[in-house]
Amino acid sequence: MTPRPSSIPRRRLLAAGAAAPLALCWRPAAADAAELEAAIRGFAGAAPVQAGRVTLDIAPLVENGNAVPVTVGVDSPMSAADHVKRIALFNERNPQREVAVFHLGPRAGRASVATRIRLASSQQLVALAELSDGSVWSRRVDVIVTLAACIE
Amino acid sequence: MARALITAPRTAKRGEIIEIRTLIAHPMETGHRNDGQGRLLPRDIIRRLRCDYDGERVFEAELFPAIAANPYVVFTTVATASGTLSLRWEGDNGFAQTETVAITVT
Repeated sequence: MTPRPSSIPRRRLLAAGAAAPLALCWRPAAADAAELEAAIRGFAGAAPVQAGRVTLDIAPLVENGNAVPVTVGVDSPMSAADHVKRIALFNERNPQREVAVFHLGPRAGRASVATRIRLASSQQLVALAELSDGSVWSRRVDVIVTLAACIE
Repeated sequence: MARALITAPRTAKRGEIIEIRTLIAHPMETGHRNDGQGRLLPRDIIRRLRCDYDGERVFEAELFPAIAANPYVVFTTVATASGTLSLRWEGDNGFAQTETVAITVT
């Protein structure tokens, strides 16, 4: 934490602090869902998005939304003829739908990536995988966040 | 230079799938946060991580503000031949850092 300038009245600071998470987090749910579908469409292009083949490992109950471990795996032999080209992760209720896009190939050996993400509130996460044959597979997971990262 | 940690096996058998874990010290400032006085903090994130195995691209990640501070990325690659893995992070404000690790394949 950086020290605050002492000239700002304590009461005003507390009031601003209490109001800020509301202002940052409040978004209409319908708009979020539509944006999420648009982001998925942007990744998949013309290909139909099918459920399955993708695993999305994340704790169903997240205590701290600032750094949430997540692993995405895809059921794929990862051969030259049949492999995963891209893995994407999207969220529903952060300020931006995109979380990460990973580019893989047959040299990956295994279609599995892991990282740590921020979650601004309880929401749905979607992992997508684009295979070398052009098909797109997905997995959706709902997570509950108790301490939100209201910063993204 | 930001502090970067790369965990990868030093030796591997030919054809073995090796796991590479990377961590780099970076605040990943989202650009959606304010400083408590109504001013928006400008975005400062790492946007890309690439891994080249002896000059050939084997992995690439596009990162967005929803990636936690000090980006941690784990991926795999097949140990094909002895050589170097070169990892390059690129981001806002001209951030660029390259680290290499050597691997011996038997």
